[in-house]
Amino acid sequence: MRAAVIQFPGSNCDRDMAVALDKVSDNNKQTQMIWHKESGLPHGLDIIAIPGGFSFGDYLRCGAIAARSPIMNAVVDFAKKGGYVLGVCNGFQVLTESGLLPGALMRNSDLKFICKNIKLRVETTSSYFTSAYTNGEIINVPIAHHDGNYNADQKTLDILNNDDRIAFRYINNPNGSMDDIAGILSENRRVLGMMPHPERLNDPLLGGIDGNRLFESITTSLFSA
Amino acid sequence: MKVRVHITLKPGVLDPQGAAVRRSLDSLGFDGIEKVRQGKLIELDLKETDVLKATAQVEKMCEKLLANTVIENYLVEIL
Repeated sequence: MRAAVIQFPGSNCDRDMAVALDKVSDNNKQTQMIWHKESGLPHGLDIIAIPGGFSFGDYLRCGAIAARSPIMNAVVDFAKKGGYVLGVCNGFQVLTESGLLPGALMRNSDLKFICKNIKLRVETTSSYFTSAYTNGEIINVPIAHHDGNYNADQKTLDILNNDDRIAFRYINNPNGSMDDIAGILSENRRVLGMMPHPERLNDPLLGGIDGNRLFESITTSLFSA
Repeated sequence: MKVRVHITLKPGVLDPQGAAVRRSLDSLGFDGIEKVRQGKLIELDLKETDVLKATAQVEKMCEKLLANTVIENYLVEIL
């Protein structure tokens, strides 16, 4: 698998993401790190990951300035041509700000930064990112965010629900997200944005491996089709 | 030309920060507050001297970056 991770000033989960992607890739195809000022992507990429962190210090709105970085035009083109894009935490915020996913992520309802392990329910296994889970399965994944409160108008929520585009829901909603939404898919199901961090729970040494199957799902989808 | 952009949450979008400010004002003894909504104020200095052109330019900035029109409204004020 040829994977790339986009790095913005203030990204801080970029290396964790690369480790998680490397783990499911062939040994000779290391994940490439791409600086946000690049205007083009390497040829032949299978997936682009937008990592967590505090890009541009969360100035203006979380992810707003990163979403207008030069590299994001190329990422949007890549996604529109059917490329796989995964955005985690700040990466999810960047994806909504860039218009690749609907809705917006607002300040947590209790106004606090929340950093803890939480339980998620896998809402659909019919996606390139969740096929290795079972439907309705409860998994443990850490969250660490201040602005994860998913907000969208009713029409958007109806579309997400009706088209089976909600990938994960919180069991005990920590941040006020509408419909307990923790992660959503794009219309073509090849773009996933989620606030929890699967890349932080992919090795027993980190306390669990529930995040690992998300990355395994990607390789299965890419290479068994 | 000086321009002010007022960015506010759309009606109906929950504003947890505004609600916290309101509770704090309540606790300070300010009575009769029905609602508090928090927004942003952005000031710009432009070279443009034509009001219509400046307004159009700043509205474009709002659509592209300054506001997230999924949840926010904006108002351009020429000073």
